[in-house]
Amino acid sequence: MNRRQAYEAAERRRALIVAALSTGLVVAAVVLLVPLAPGWPAVRASFFDGAVFVQTFPTLLKAFLIDVMIFAWSVPLICVLGLAVALARGARAPALFPLRIFGAVYVDIFRGVPVVLTIYLIGFGVPGLGLPRPWNSPYIWGTVALVLTYSAYIAEVLRSGIESIHASQRNAAICLGLSERDTMRYVILPQAVRRVLPANMNMLVALQKDVALLSFIGPVEILRQAGIYKSLLANFTPYVVAAVIFLAITVPATRYADHLLNKDRDARS
Amino acid sequence: MPDPKLSLRGVQKSFGDNAVLRGIDLDVAAGEMVCLIGASGSGKSTLLRCINQLEPIDDGAVWLDRIDISEPGRDLSSVRRRIGIVFQSYNLFPHMSALENVLLAPRRVLQRDSTAEAEALFARFGLAEHMRKYPDQLSGGQQQRVAVIRALAMQPEIMLFDEITAALDPELVGEVLQVLRQLRTEGMTMILATHEMGFARELADRVCFMDGGVIVEQGPPEQIFSAPQVARTQAFLRSVLR
Repeated sequence: MNRRQAYEAAERRRALIVAALSTGLVVAAVVLLVPLAPGWPAVRASFFDGAVFVQTFPTLLKAFLIDVMIFAWSVPLICVLGLAVALARGARAPALFPLRIFGAVYVDIFRGVPVVLTIYLIGFGVPGLGLPRPWNSPYIWGTVALVLTYSAYIAEVLRSGIESIHASQRNAAICLGLSERDTMRYVILPQAVRRVLPANMNMLVALQKDVALLSFIGPVEILRQAGIYKSLLANFTPYVVAAVIFLAITVPATRYADHLLNKDRDARS
Repeated sequence: MPDPKLSLRGVQKSFGDNAVLRGIDLDVAAGEMVCLIGASGSGKSTLLRCINQLEPIDDGAVWLDRIDISEPGRDLSSVRRRIGIVFQSYNLFPHMSALENVLLAPRRVLQRDSTAEAEALFARFGLAEHMRKYPDQLSGGQQQRVAVIRALAMQPEIMLFDEITAALDPELVGEVLQVLRQLRTEGMTMILATHEMGFARELADRVCFMDGGVIVEQGPPEQIFSAPQVARTQAFLRSVLR
C-alpha cells in the first residue's frame, strides 16, 4: 500500500465511523423520543396493531393485484399515446398543423387539471352516458383518465428529450439522404428516449401510486379495501399495511431502473 | 473542357443581415480535388453546406451533372445521397455501433444491405477490429474515419469535407489525411475546406482562397502558395505559413 492509498483507506474508515455514529444517534432519538409524546400509546394502538396487520394483509395484497393490473394495462397505452402527442407537437408540415394544435391543447388540459379531478370527471361522467355493460365500468374509465393524464406528462418529457438532441445529429442524418421520418425514428428518437428514461421511470413510479386514486370512483383496490377495513375494525393499521405494500414494489422498481440505466451507460463507454 | 461535375453560379447566402456568400462561381470536374482555404468566417463551411443543400441558397444556382439541384422544391434526399459530407465534429450517431452507423443510410435510403461493402471499407481504412465499437469507445481520429466510411457507403459521386481534421489532436491528423490520400488515388471528386496548408499543397488539383464570402483567387497549388497574385491572399498565407 502506497502513501496515497494508506491515506485514502484511513479517510474511508473515518467517514464510515462518522456515518454510523450519526445514523445511530438519529435512530436512537426517534426510538426514545417519539414514545415520550403524549398520544403515542393511542397512535401505536390504532396504526401499528400487529394482529390487525396479520389479519388484513392477505386481502390487501389481493386487492393490490387490481392496482398492478390497472398499472400494467396503462403503461403501454401511455407510452403509445405519449409518443404520439410528443410527435404531434413537433410536427412541422403545414398539413399537420391541426395535429400540432391538438397536441398543445391536449397537454395544456391534462397537465393543468389535477389527476383526481380528471378521474372524477371521466370516471363518473362517461358511464353517466348510459353505456351498456361492460362499458360503464369505472375500471375502464378510471384507467382512461390515468392514461390521458400521464400521456400528457410523458409527452412533455419526451418532447424535451427530442429537443435536447443537438441539431448536428439531424444534419448528419439528412445529409446521408435519410428522410425526416427516418431521421426521427432511427437517429433522434432512440437518443431522446434514452436521455429521458430516468424522468419517465419517475413518472411510472408516480403512476403506480396514483392508481390508488381510482378508489374514489369505485374499484375495490388496495386503498379502498384498506378504507373498508378501517371502518370495520376502527383501526388505521390497514393503511400502514397498504403503504408497506406500495413501498415493497416502488422502492425495488426505482432501484432496478437506476441499475438498468447504469448498465446501459457502462456498456457504451 | 468537358462539362463540369459540379457547377456553382453566383451563389449567395445570408444569415439575417450577415452576407456570408456574396456570389460564388466554381466549376469542379469529375475526379478533381479542390481545396478551399481562408480565415475562419470566410464562408468555406457555408459554401460546402450550400452545395449539398443543407443550407438553402438565397440566389444563384448549383448544378450537379447539369441539373439545377438548388431549385426550390426539389426532392433533396435524392440529391444528398449523391453528395457525401463529413463534418469537423464527426457527428456519429452515439447509440449505434460504428458498423450500424455505416449501414443505416444504405438500408433505409437505398433499401439494400451493404454489410459486405461496409466491412471492406472498414478493412481498407484500418478499422476492421473497431466495427462493433460505439463512438464513445473510439478515438477522435477513428471516429472521423468512421464518418468518412459512413458517407462513402452511400457511394456518393462527390465528397465534401468540412475541416475534418480541425477538432483532432495533432498526432491523429495524419491517419485521417491518409484516408483522403487513398480517396484521391481512387479518383473521387472532392472539395475540402481545410487549414492543413501542407496537405492542400501536396494533393489538391486546385486551391481556392476565400475571403469575405467570395473566391478571391484560385489556381494550382504551386501558383497559389508560391506566387499568389492578390494582396489579400499574400497576407493570409504569410500569416498561416509563418
